Amino acid sequence: MTTLITDTTTVFSRELRPLLRDPFTIIFSMVQPLVFLGLFAPLLPDNSLQWFVPGIIVMSCLFACSMTGSNLLFEIQTGSHERMLVTPLRRPALLIGRALKEIVPMFAQAALIVAVCVPFGFRFEWAGAVVGLIILAAFCIGLGALSYTLALASKNQEWMFWTVQQTLLFPLLLLAGVLLPIENGPGWLQALAKGNPLSYVVDAERSLFNGEIFTSATLYGLIAAAAVGALGLWAGVRAMRRSD
Amino acid sequence: MIETQGLTKHFKDVRAVDGIDLTVAPGELVALLGPNGAGKSTTLRMLTTLIPPTSGTARVAGFDVVRHQRQVRLRIGYIGQGNGAGHSQRGRDELISQGRAYGLGVKDARARAATLIDSLGLAEVADRRVSSLSGGQRRRLDIAMGLIHAPDLLFLDEPSTGLDPQNRANLQEHILDLRAEHETTIVLTTHYLDEADSMAERVIVIDHGRIIADDSPARLKAEHVGDRIILGFDAETEAARATTTLAAYDPAREGARLTIATQGAPRQLPGLLDDLRAAGHPAAEAEVIRPTLDDVFLKLTGRSLREGGAAETRELVEV
Ligand SMILES: Nc1ncnc2c1ncn2[C@@H]1O[C@H](COP(=O)(O)OP(=O)(O)OP(=O)(O)O)[C@@H](O)[C@H]1O
Ligand SMILES: [Mg+2]
Repeated sequence: MTTLITDTTTVFSRELRPLLRDPFTIIFSMVQPLVFLGLFAPLLPDNSLQWFVPGIIVMSCLFACSMTGSNLLFEIQTGSHERMLVTPLRRPALLIGRALKEIVPMFAQAALIVAVCVPFGFRFEWAGAVVGLIILAAFCIGLGALSYTLALASKNQEWMFWTVQQTLLFPLLLLAGVLLPIENGPGWLQALAKGNPLSYVVDAERSLFNGEIFTSATLYGLIAAAAVGALGLWAGVRAMRRSD
Repeated sequence: MIETQGLTKHFKDVRAVDGIDLTVAPGELVALLGPNGAGKSTTLRMLTTLIPPTSGTARVAGFDVVRHQRQVRLRIGYIGQGNGAGHSQRGRDELISQGRAYGLGVKDARARAATLIDSLGLAEVADRRVSSLSGGQRRRLDIAMGLIHAPDLLFLDEPSTGLDPQNRANLQEHILDLRAEHETTIVLTTHYLDEADSMAERVIVIDHGRIIADDSPARLKAEHVGDRIILGFDAETEAARATTTLAAYDPAREGARLTIATQGAPRQLPGLLDDLRAAGHPAAEAEVIRPTLDDVFLKLTGRSLREGGAAETRELVEV
């Protein structure tokens, strides 16, 4: 018998397998943000690594899971997505499995980033970091599912996928204070940031990596991530049912 | 096994499928035949839960295709018109994950994949990247994937398109074996008329989203076209006299040739030749023309299925 978990494992391991067979691309993409960090960190004022590193981790997860739909575009064209849809795989498993394939390598990368930054004075707490990654995973599953939905909506017109993905991703990042603090921005910007669920996730990550677990930041982050996760799965399942 | 009522699918202003009533009993092998754009794939995609009908209902393997999608999916196999295997994957991996998707354990999935790789002649390519396989090898991989869970009901959308004659024959044999062994119900679409003719005991002709004929190939041909006997004579005068001798058959004469439209021509011909010889004007040559499904299609729609070589153009596109 299958369950949502075995179905997700099936989808996830199918997606991950080509990467494992050709690990060079993973290694390359994992090193990229380290280079970024290496160039950026020296410009930062003292002690801001603590603020900056969680932001980098969130950013690379975000980039990765927003691409969930891009592999799908090709599989929609060739017919292999259709083949998967006819199997009894549970629909959410198709979404979660594909999103996880993007997220898991990014978590490996997060570990790498942390390991590299600790000697330079980055402090982190295990328990907090684990809770942080769970929250981030929920958010990314939702975003991955939305990316999946976008791919379904833009089949036969790939440009639409890329246009929408790029148009939404950067404002989402900037309006969450991932790379630069929002506090000093104008009022309208701060108001927009308040409406951005990612803001709460980033805040939660920062306080969790600091080891502050039982805070309102954690709670809000969790709520925002769960909401995005649920929204993504709902939209994705609906799109699969209705898509021609 | 399948029961549809008024099954309809409209894409914006295209009536892809326009009110199909279809009943398929367990164990049947049915071929859907029709020109490009007739609505064959759209019909299969509704029956396999891939797209919701605009109107009408369909029950497949005992369950409604809209309300009980999962139940339907658990009981059917589908080999689509495209390629089912991911291009960056390896064939064997895809077979195993397909097996897992249908709930096979890891061991069973592996064993089953190995069996199918063997029987579909994929041993040499199963561990290569799918993108490096030829069109025909990919098609065979698709078929292996559709068979992994040995479903009770199997849908195949143009399974043999892109295969060379030998592999096509292999595939046909495979499908017939499957049926003999497991009593699988099979619904396939094809552009190859001879394939529909030789494999299916029931052919459904679809045009413009509607069923325009539904019967065994033999009966379709007998009912809609029939046989022709063509007799050649040495001289027109003899042909003219033969017309009188064979008046009962209502022959049409054109110069020194007679054409007789009839049923069961091979059985009639010897007697007919005897009659002519006895009457003193024997035929110089004789030919029996049996109808093909294409003739049936031509008769029903006024168009030929062969026009434009539909199947061939697709092969080029896919490669
Ligand atoms: N997703 C879609 N969106 C819009 N129109 C579609 C879609 N799918 C099919 N059609 C149209 O519906 C009609 C029937 O298409 P279908 O694919 O069912 O034909 P077919 O009988 O399988 O043809 P072929 O022999 O070429 O495979 C065609 O006119 C096609 O253009
Ligand atoms: Mg088709």
